Amino acid sequence: MKLRDKEKDVIALLSEAQRESKHNYITEEKLKLIAQEAGLSYSEVYGVATFYSLFSLKPRGEYIIRVCDSGPCHLMGSRSIFEVLEEELKIKVGETTPDGKFTLEETSCLGICDEAPAMMINEKVYGNLTPQEIKKILKRLREKKW
Amino acid sequence: MNTVNITIDEKPIKAEKGSTIMEAALANGIKIPHLCYQKGLSIAGACRVCLVKIKGRPGMTASCTTEVAEGMEVTSTDEELNEMRRLIVELILSEHEHNCLVCENNGQCDLQDLAYELGIDKIRFPVNKSVEPIEDSSEVILRDPNRCILCGRCVRACAELTVQKVLDFAARGSKTYIIAGLDQPLVQTDCVSCGACVQACPTGALTEKLARFQGRSWEFRKVQTTCPYCGVGCQLKLNIKDDKIVKVYGVEDGPDNKGHLCVKGRFGFDYVHHEDRLISPLIKRNGKFEKASWDEALNLIVTKFKELKNKYGSDALAGLSSAKCTNEENYLFQKLIRACFGTNNVDHCARLCHASTVAGLARAFGSGAMTNSIREFEKADVILITGSNTTETHPVIGDYLKHLATYNGTELIVVDPRAIELIEYAKIWLRQKSGTDVAWINGLMNVIISEGLYDKEFVENRTENFDKFKKVVSKYTPEKVEEITGISKEKLVAAARMYGKADKGSIIFAMGITQHTTGTDNVLSLANLAMLCGNVGREGTGVNPLRGQNNVQGACDMGALPNVYPGYQSVSDEQAKEKFEKAWGAKLSPKVGLTVVEIMDAASKGKIKGLYIMGENPMLSDPNLNHVREGLRNLDFLVVQDIFLTQTAELADVVLPGVSFAEKDGTFTNTGRRIQLLHKAIPNIGDSRDDWKIITEISERMGYPMVYRSPAEVMDEIASLTPIYGGVHFDRLEGQGLQWPCPSREHPGTPYLHKDKFTRGKGLFTPVDYIPPAELPDEEYPFLLSTGRILYHFHTGSLSRRSKPLDSIAPEGFLEINPQDAEKLKVKDNDWLRVSSRRGKVEVKAKITDRVDKGVVFMTFHFAESAANLLTNDALDPVAKIPEYKVSAVKIEASDYIDS
Ligand code: SF4
Ligand code: SF4
Ligand code: SF4
Ligand code: FES
Repeated sequence: MKLRDKEKDVIALLSEAQRESKHNYITEEKLKLIAQEAGLSYSEVYGVATFYSLFSLKPRGEYIIRVCDSGPCHLMGSRSIFEVLEEELKIKVGETTPDGKFTLEETSCLGICDEAPAMMINEKVYGNLTPQEIKKILKRLREKKW
Repeated sequence: MNTVNITIDEKPIKAEKGSTIMEAALANGIKIPHLCYQKGLSIAGACRVCLVKIKGRPGMTASCTTEVAEGMEVTSTDEELNEMRRLIVELILSEHEHNCLVCENNGQCDLQDLAYELGIDKIRFPVNKSVEPIEDSSEVILRDPNRCILCGRCVRACAELTVQKVLDFAARGSKTYIIAGLDQPLVQTDCVSCGACVQACPTGALTEKLARFQGRSWEFRKVQTTCPYCGVGCQLKLNIKDDKIVKVYGVEDGPDNKGHLCVKGRFGFDYVHHEDRLISPLIKRNGKFEKASWDEALNLIVTKFKELKNKYGSDALAGLSSAKCTNEENYLFQKLIRACFGTNNVDHCARLCHASTVAGLARAFGSGAMTNSIREFEKADVILITGSNTTETHPVIGDYLKHLATYNGTELIVVDPRAIELIEYAKIWLRQKSGTDVAWINGLMNVIISEGLYDKEFVENRTENFDKFKKVVSKYTPEKVEEITGISKEKLVAAARMYGKADKGSIIFAMGITQHTTGTDNVLSLANLAMLCGNVGREGTGVNPLRGQNNVQGACDMGALPNVYPGYQSVSDEQAKEKFEKAWGAKLSPKVGLTVVEIMDAASKGKIKGLYIMGENPMLSDPNLNHVREGLRNLDFLVVQDIFLTQTAELADVVLPGVSFAEKDGTFTNTGRRIQLLHKAIPNIGDSRDDWKIITEISERMGYPMVYRSPAEVMDEIASLTPIYGGVHFDRLEGQGLQWPCPSREHPGTPYLHKDKFTRGKGLFTPVDYIPPAELPDEEYPFLLSTGRILYHFHTGSLSRRSKPLDSIAPEGFLEINPQDAEKLKVKDNDWLRVSSRRGKVEVKAKITDRVDKGVVFMTFHFAESAANLLTNDALDPVAKIPEYKVSAVKIEASDYIDS
């Protein structure tokens, strides 16, 4: 198998591993297993896993909030979205709330520039955000049972 | 060569078709700047400093990624290109603060050179001043991320040369950095400390830990020479300051290593300067060694040897020559024993490793050496590797095999009782029970014949005795073979088809094949297999024994064997004897002499009285050590010449200090029959003397003067008497060396043997039946013990155990034992065990691993503290007299031994 094909394979395996984990990350044990399964070395798998910002090697919250910081969203005020989120969650970008519920990250374009500013929570995309809207979403998620 | 015409800076150049502009330029002495390009590695096209302009194409093009084309007109340098290069280099310099003052690589850094050549006097961008920690977990390598320019050469060197894939890029964009393993310290990864990454690194990001602060590049004297460890014969460049070796590089155009080295060759040189080096002769008086002058020591030796010869006759004397010493020294040593002592009792440790190869291949083909060259393996379609743990014992060849399997599509078949590293790269792994080799080889041939896969034309025209052989092979059906060897018949058939159908099939073997009471039979069987498929006498094919020691091939070639003169001319051949009598001006004995194990035996029976040992350590290397000690103790007089006081030297009456490889001129012959030069790099340590001079001194004092001005003159005499070395002279050996046979001055040497005709005429098929090993496990001794080597040590460890990096990576011996057996014995990892056989016992730590099968255990013989050869069986192969190191029966118990 060509290296490129192996890499495609490995991406699928990495996503699956991350999805299965409650804390949205890939454990070292998993990385090793994936390397064996894909016939790649540890460093190759680590390289792929850290190349894509979608993957995390550190435990993350149950909900990963990714706020778009590309051009259009930036113009439409994504900075203030960050501010609201940081204040509400009491964490900075890249951190996880102590209760393990939320992780805040930034991301590049989510593909709904006409609804900027936008963010994504796990697999769901939210557009036309306002501070009120955000607080509502967070409230809903907080009340949801594990 | 298929060439195209191009011009670079208006200079017309003939470039190889398919090569890149960069390669064409470098081959013609035009220096195009480059940082990420390295000869021998794949191309990354990452750094962009190699930009050039091509007439008719817009903009600038990376010369390392662009192929040459007919009529291409290239501009390698102009102001615009240089401005672009300056911009790139300034960007690189702004990523980290490069403070050359405190960099180990100051003066040998591609980045520093480039910045200077481009005339950079300031950096137009803000410099990132943050400092990352240095990673220093490895015994031999320092990683300093602050000096890394992300060229990726280390990543490619590790992936493509060593094929270990320890290093890679992590993260991306401006955050990119180089990781080892899962971003771990190097010591926790699969790193084998080969240092290929260090040699590849263009900056000071990767450096030799122990060379730190020991010298700057401009202070070093650089001397090319040949590695003193294994038979690959890698070419080294020693970097010397104040007569001390500080670091070692692989020579890029070294014919067999092409710049690559293993941990021993690159980092294991410090034994040369070890404080234990013998610096003056020693004479034992009242059981204690006392320093003596050379005159005293030599006179005592001569008086004693003369006395013993007069009293008991020539055959009461014997000599053990050395596979570590040069060809010239071996030649003189056997000449001394034969012409001056008057006996053929001369042998060396080849007896213990490849005597059965020499015997078997000489019988089948007429020549007992690797039939083909090392670098021909890339021409093979299929390579069958058996009884060779290549990645540990011949690492540079092992890495090359991994490379071929990974990048070249070469199919490997591994047949080995242990789960060695190469099985991960093999298409098929057959796990035979130890000592059943004849059976599985016959089985392969049974399938190949019955499926009509053999080369009928070759068999008909180039071989003899096929019918008798075929009859024996016909008994070894896959079913029967499965019963004997444990190899499933499906796998056997698959392997037979793979080897049988290959256009070019090559066979590699080593001591897993030879060190058996059936060693010669095993070798004959492999020769049968190669002939059956027409795999002899063509490039990329053959039967290729990997010789263990740096010069074991040469020591054999030089006749340090009891039955042959130099060049394998038989001592019982009247004509050969006359020739040497005339040349040496002495009467020679027609009687075949004793072999290593026989000499020890004869010594313990009082038949051998005086023994001269040069550079060998039978007190660790020979089987059944208790018996060896008894023999050596029983001698009237023992002389040992070595660079350290080895376990053997301790038993000597007189010890003579010889010199190490770094102090020598001479030649070694590598496993590929390549004769290569050693260059004296440092003065002799203390009062030690060149080994060849010691021999001639003894000889002269015994009344048989041998007069030479230099090793080169000795080689001239060798050439005059040894047809296969007939054209070998020092002035021809610089650079690539020569591969024997090389019969005349004009002859270019021989990359592969038996083209069109076997040395003996026709290839001889020998019918061989399976015979079980001499000693198999039973109720009292239920485990099968096999012995071998590890990557970090060599032979009896007298050199590698005195190398700080090597001995700190692997400080102690161990016993490999299967998890199921360990559980039964209630043994945990690192528990002390007592291992005993009918011959002796040792204490050693357990290493639980499924590398070994149930019922089998494995030990190395490097460690005097746990000497495996106290246990091994000295039962011999009847033809080659090689002992059965690979199979003996032992029992294992828990031990109350406490770590001191
Ligand atoms: S020393 Fe060899 S194995 Fe280790 S990282 Fe460097 S190239 Fe790879
Ligand atoms: S460590 Fe050296 S070889 Fe590796 S990427 Fe950095 S500069 Fe290049
Ligand atoms: S492979 Fe052998 S010859 Fe080459 S560096 Fe290693 S020990 Fe020396
Ligand atoms: S040398 Fe060509 S891009 Fe680096």
